[in-house]
Amino acid sequence: MPLHIVDRRLDSKHKSSVNRGRFIERFKGQIRKAVSDAINKRGIRDIDNGEKIGISGKDIEEPQFAHGQGGAWETVRPGNDRFSSGEQVDRPRGGSAGRGGGKAGKDGESLDEFMFTLTRDEFLDIFFDELALPNLVKQHLARVEQYRRVRAGYTQNGVPTNINFARTMRGAVSRRIAVGGPYAAQLRALMAQLEELKDSLTDDDPEMQRLRAEIARLHAKMDRVPFVDTFDLRYNNHIRVPLPSTQAVMFCLLDVSGSMDEGRKNIAKRFFMLLYLFLTRNYERIEVVFIRHHTVAAEVDEDEFFTSRESGGTVVSSALKLMHKIIATRYPSNQWNIYGAQASDGDNWDDDSSRCRELLAQSLLPLTQYFAYIEITQGPPQNLWEEYTKLAATQADHFAMRRIATVADIYPVFRDLFKRKV
Amino acid sequence: MVKKSSPALPPGSEWTFEALEAYDEAIGRAAASYQLDCYPHVLEVISAEQMMDAYASIGMPVYYHHWSYGKHFLSTENRYKRGQMGLAYEIVINSDPCIAYLMEENTLPMQGLVIAHAAYGHNSFFKGNHLFKQWTSADAIVDYLVFAKQFIAQSEERYGVAVVEKLLDACHALQNLGVDRFKRSPRLSLEKESVRQQERADYLQAQVNDLWRTLPPHLATSQTAQEARFPVEPEENLLYFIEKNAPLLEPWQREIVRIVRKIGQYFYPQRQTQVMNEGWACFWHYTLLNTLYDEGALSDGFMLEFLQSHTNVVYQPPYNSPHYGGINPYALGFAMWRDIRRICEHPSDEDREWFPEIAGSNWRDTFEFAMQNFKDESFIAQYLSPQLMRDFRFFSVLDDDARDKLQIQAIHNDSGYRALRSQLSDQYNLGSREPNIQVWNVDLRGDRSLTLRHFSQQRRPLDESSKVVLEHVAYLWGFTVRLESQDSHDNVSLVAECMREKRSGHVGTGH
Repeated sequence: MPLHIVDRRLDSKHKSSVNRGRFIERFKGQIRKAVSDAINKRGIRDIDNGEKIGISGKDIEEPQFAHGQGGAWETVRPGNDRFSSGEQVDRPRGGSAGRGGGKAGKDGESLDEFMFTLTRDEFLDIFFDELALPNLVKQHLARVEQYRRVRAGYTQNGVPTNINFARTMRGAVSRRIAVGGPYAAQLRALMAQLEELKDSLTDDDPEMQRLRAEIARLHAKMDRVPFVDTFDLRYNNHIRVPLPSTQAVMFCLLDVSGSMDEGRKNIAKRFFMLLYLFLTRNYERIEVVFIRHHTVAAEVDEDEFFTSRESGGTVVSSALKLMHKIIATRYPSNQWNIYGAQASDGDNWDDDSSRCRELLAQSLLPLTQYFAYIEITQGPPQNLWEEYTKLAATQADHFAMRRIATVADIYPVFRDLFKRKV
Repeated sequence: MVKKSSPALPPGSEWTFEALEAYDEAIGRAAASYQLDCYPHVLEVISAEQMMDAYASIGMPVYYHHWSYGKHFLSTENRYKRGQMGLAYEIVINSDPCIAYLMEENTLPMQGLVIAHAAYGHNSFFKGNHLFKQWTSADAIVDYLVFAKQFIAQSEERYGVAVVEKLLDACHALQNLGVDRFKRSPRLSLEKESVRQQERADYLQAQVNDLWRTLPPHLATSQTAQEARFPVEPEENLLYFIEKNAPLLEPWQREIVRIVRKIGQYFYPQRQTQVMNEGWACFWHYTLLNTLYDEGALSDGFMLEFLQSHTNVVYQPPYNSPHYGGINPYALGFAMWRDIRRICEHPSDEDREWFPEIAGSNWRDTFEFAMQNFKDESFIAQYLSPQLMRDFRFFSVLDDDARDKLQIQAIHNDSGYRALRSQLSDQYNLGSREPNIQVWNVDLRGDRSLTLRHFSQQRRPLDESSKVVLEHVAYLWGFTVRLESQDSHDNVSLVAECMREKRSGHVGTGH
């Protein structure tokens, strides 16, 4: 019986991907909620990873007819260390240990969360779903990197359009010489012999005939060496190299005055995440600066950015001034692509809003690639919105603004941005 | 022990294909010296991810798609990545040739262990045991799975994924009740299935319609006919009953019910022979590798690694250990086979009294007989020895919810051996482990409702999920379904009822 060992390691992986997809599709509601919770917990810069999430184990049970608690059960157990027959023993606490193996454990288990890991793609898919992104944009964002095809030498296999004739023929010549070489040497020797004997022997001498036959055989052999063999074929080789990319800095400006509650902050967070995700597709290196403000602005780390909450009034220009100062000291605009994202509920000191417009128009927008503003509110527009509207009319290329109530409204803010790059 | 000279097998922990071949050859030689009868086998080297794939589809190389397999995959993957669980070293498929998977992450000693365990141990059990011979057609299972996958994929295309999924959910809920315990299933074959499938579909539909057409036309006669039940005898194979008799199923739906039933049947012997089968495989990997070691073919390093894995596998934690999770079938099975060999070769007086027919007999003949003709339940009832009960320190506890305290029924002493043995044997009787639920009656001349009856033993109730299962039954049946419970005094009570609107118009020729 001959042994067969089959190496299957290179066979298709992800055999379970269909089943996995079905599972995610079926429990999309629960998974979406879990993803949403996860997003609220994770940092802006972690958006591009998979996530371990849990959904209620109760929902995903596969029911079977089974015995429930109760009735009489007799079970055999190993490791008797103290009992003798007929003895009465107290029920262990929990009341289940005296019962048939596994049953109680199963009941306990079913209440647990079912934990599993979503891949980066699955995670982003659900994230995008929530943001109502158009498909083209989804693909753009989910793509790992952009590549360019460049020439890279020659290969032995490829498509006919890529055949390199010069290389192929050069190879064919060498091969013909190499393969035909021994015959050529023999042929020369036989020809010389023939030349030598031609004078002393007649044409029908058997030796002459043998030589002629031998020469004809060698000629035939040499003719059989093909002019071009598949072995000679050379193709131009192309490889994909990642597109050169540069660096960008992203400023997140968040109003943390008392009126910005958790819900609004979560919307703002998704707004920042989406911009971040866009930047990761276009730039190799991205820095994120978090500026929060009420009446004064401060640069903080991400944790503090989303968690702290202040009360009191709002002076938006303080944040814009700080952003300008940070650009001037750390991110020279000839080396950095600068993006700004501002989220607010629209409140501002009355006389500050016009200053904001001037600051943006004169000092910030000339330095930035794109500045996006969202106002998370259901109330009537206030003066900051009106001032910004004037700005949007003149600076449509760099500036986008939107009043939003839910996360699905975020995307239009970036519509121009994606349109330009996609 | 003096080592006989034998060509040394490749040492070290890194495996190569040449090394695997050398090991397989040597192990095969050792197996042949014990006259172990196996199917030819194929070793397939796979990656960890492929092992998880295989896990998710119950180890089968081809399987139809269903969300529940995605769920298993995700939970396996999650636990594996968190390091909570090593993957099983091996998966072996009962087919001809027998397929054993080797995971590439395994070390060379582990691969040797897997080859001995799966490719020779399990393999010979699959070939010899009467249940596998009777229930599964090793040469046809892969073909049948291909057919099943194609058929279900086609149905999904034609009728939509959601509908097929709902049907499969319902069938899976009843998969354990889809077995004929007494009849042998006909052999499976891909061509036959495909060719006959259409034919069968038409025929089945005609049969069902016929059933409804033969209803007595006059209400007057129905009063006397009320006594006649349908089915005449209670039917234990729920899926079979539904496949043949559910009034509203389309032919393709019947075919899917049949597929789930057939695959459930294929796994039935595995559920019935876990202790024997795993014990047999452990016994043979242990015996074969020790034989090779005695011949001098294996290094001490190999044996140390092998023995460590082996010991982990056959460890039985005591009842009060935090690791205790019931009786370990590997431990019990391995111990029993070793014990049988001991009884054959070195019987004590006690053994002669308990096992007069095998004490002192040829152990290989006794092994073959035991392996071929038993299942867990009968194997334990026949061969569990007092010696082994003492070694495991078995005791039996009665937990009766009508009493305040637990009662120790029997322990490992003279008066307890027989009770322990019959109790443990009963613990492996699928019939008493799982609730006994049968098709009791169909109201042919009324609302066509289906009544299932649970025969309760020892006052054990059904758990909550039964109601969900009943909804699945109602989905398949198409009309109201009732679940009754009958206790040991023949009192019948209604457990649950799942109402269905009568969908008139869907029933072809019925009235």
